[in-house]
Amino acid sequence: MDPIKESLLKTSRKAKQEKIGKLVTFLCILLIMVMVVAIILFVSLKGLATFVVNHVSPFDFFFGVNWNPSAKPPQVGALPMFLGSFIVTVLAAIIATPFAIGAATFMTEIAPRTGKKFLQPVMELLVGIPSVVYGFVGLAVFVPITRHLFGGSGFGIFTATLVLFLMVLPTITSMTTDALNSVPRNYRESSLALGATQFQTIYKVVWRAATPGIMTAVVFGMSRAFGEALAVQMVIGNAALMPTSLTSPAATLTSILTMGIGNSVSGTLENNAIWSLALLLLLMSLVFNLLVRWIGKRSSLK
Amino acid sequence: MNYKYSKTRRTQLIDRLAYKVFYVIAILIVLILAALLIYILVTGLPHISWHFLTGKSKPFQAGGGIGIQLFNSFYLLILTMLISVPISLGAGIWLSEYAKKNRLTNLIRTTIEILSSLPSVVVGLFGFILFVLQFNLGFSLLSGALALTIFSLPLLTTNVENALQTVHFTQREAGLALGLSRIETVLKIVVPAALPNIVTGMILAAGRVFGEAAALIYTAGQSAPAISFSNWNIFDLSSFLSPFRPAETLAVHIWKVNSEGLIPDASSVSAGASAVLIIAVLLFNFIARYLSNRIYQHMTGVKS
Repeated sequence: MDPIKESLLKTSRKAKQEKIGKLVTFLCILLIMVMVVAIILFVSLKGLATFVVNHVSPFDFFFGVNWNPSAKPPQVGALPMFLGSFIVTVLAAIIATPFAIGAATFMTEIAPRTGKKFLQPVMELLVGIPSVVYGFVGLAVFVPITRHLFGGSGFGIFTATLVLFLMVLPTITSMTTDALNSVPRNYRESSLALGATQFQTIYKVVWRAATPGIMTAVVFGMSRAFGEALAVQMVIGNAALMPTSLTSPAATLTSILTMGIGNSVSGTLENNAIWSLALLLLLMSLVFNLLVRWIGKRSSLK
Repeated sequence: MNYKYSKTRRTQLIDRLAYKVFYVIAILIVLILAALLIYILVTGLPHISWHFLTGKSKPFQAGGGIGIQLFNSFYLLILTMLISVPISLGAGIWLSEYAKKNRLTNLIRTTIEILSSLPSVVVGLFGFILFVLQFNLGFSLLSGALALTIFSLPLLTTNVENALQTVHFTQREAGLALGLSRIETVLKIVVPAALPNIVTGMILAAGRVFGEAAALIYTAGQSAPAISFSNWNIFDLSSFLSPFRPAETLAVHIWKVNSEGLIPDASSVSAGASAVLIIAVLLFNFIARYLSNRIYQHMTGVKS
């Protein structure tokens, strides 16, 4: 065959390079996918062992109010921890949301320049502060204050809420800022042209238009708060009891998890029950994910 | 007329009041951060001395330092970045350059989102069963680095993808027109053009990794055995370079000291360690900010 024809029929060096490049980058993606699947699979297998191997009924697990897996007979009610996590998360979100909306509005509507100069770096720094440092500050400042104000030990849901408030504030604020920024400029202009004051424009037009975005921000913040472990574990008191008051020690899923894995032997019911808590945590994080998607889908339909 | 006048007045009053409320909220948040930073630095800085930064921690007595923990934190960060940067670069390139708009891409994006929203404890526990137990790596720097890789991959990948997306498509067309293959165009033209943004994002991610503790408690371990800085054999467990030794990091140390309370000066050790951690994170932030400003100037000639 003549050499020109041959070279045209053969795969060129560049084409091979391209193939290899595409393959290698896809392998990286595949690795990430495999990791996610492996995490979900491993945690599910370990977590389901409580129900499959130890024959604990799921009803007892989800609605039982006593957590004492090492007792005889073992009690593995996860409700106290679940409620603890839930209350702490919701309270933190309730306190943080007005602040976040206020700060985001300040940054986008009231004083964009000052906002960019001062508030944005502040938010970025707050995100950057490691969670153990929040835990330490909670332990050193919030716990004594709570003890002083309400009596008791100072450890509990109230203190954990304060710590989480600080931790989710920047997340919710920055996402709310994005949501407000994406409201088209002409909405504001039309409102102002109709004679509305700036505040009327903000709360009747801008906030309404940005509601799905703000909701996404809040759910995102909640999912962060729900999964936060160490900062909460340091200030909540870690008593796996049904929460009765805001200032008495309680526990969250994450706090029992961090303490429990090291103190139990693999394969025992005690250990399996803790993995079930991990599974519950994983499921909740998936639920938050679905919620974000659902809000996104609903708002894009309109 | 009178009625109308008063109503306008009221709306104006509300408007002015709301204006003030927004200012108060903004100032309040700045004050909270300032108070937080000042508290940590004021309580922590007095404890920081050369002895504290380099000394060994003591399990039961007062007066321990954080030398090994500090070194472990940096070493673990380097190991993590060594593993996760290439992977995230590849994954980011695929998502930005090769991903078609189809079901598969959607699925991939969803999984990355799921990974990024997973609580870090869960990642740590997964690392514990897979790396520590299954792979038999034990509580070690390597297990910790692998767990942190999982933790940081979604962050880094999204960052790389976004950075690549900001490069104009004409640059790609120019590369292809010169006869480069697509991968060559990406590696030699697009990635260098996006490098400033990629690096900034990586430094910020490094700050997150540096302060992470929950994923490390059951992977890198909670003990910091003595290490020798003159032993360069990486397979020797007492060598400072060995990735197979258990290594408590600074963040884990703060948590452990506080939750176990075995040393009498727990609060001052954690105050000092927190201050060091904060300073490190602030440094990461400032470096990232400085770099992105410099690069912005370099590329646009505008001073921001």
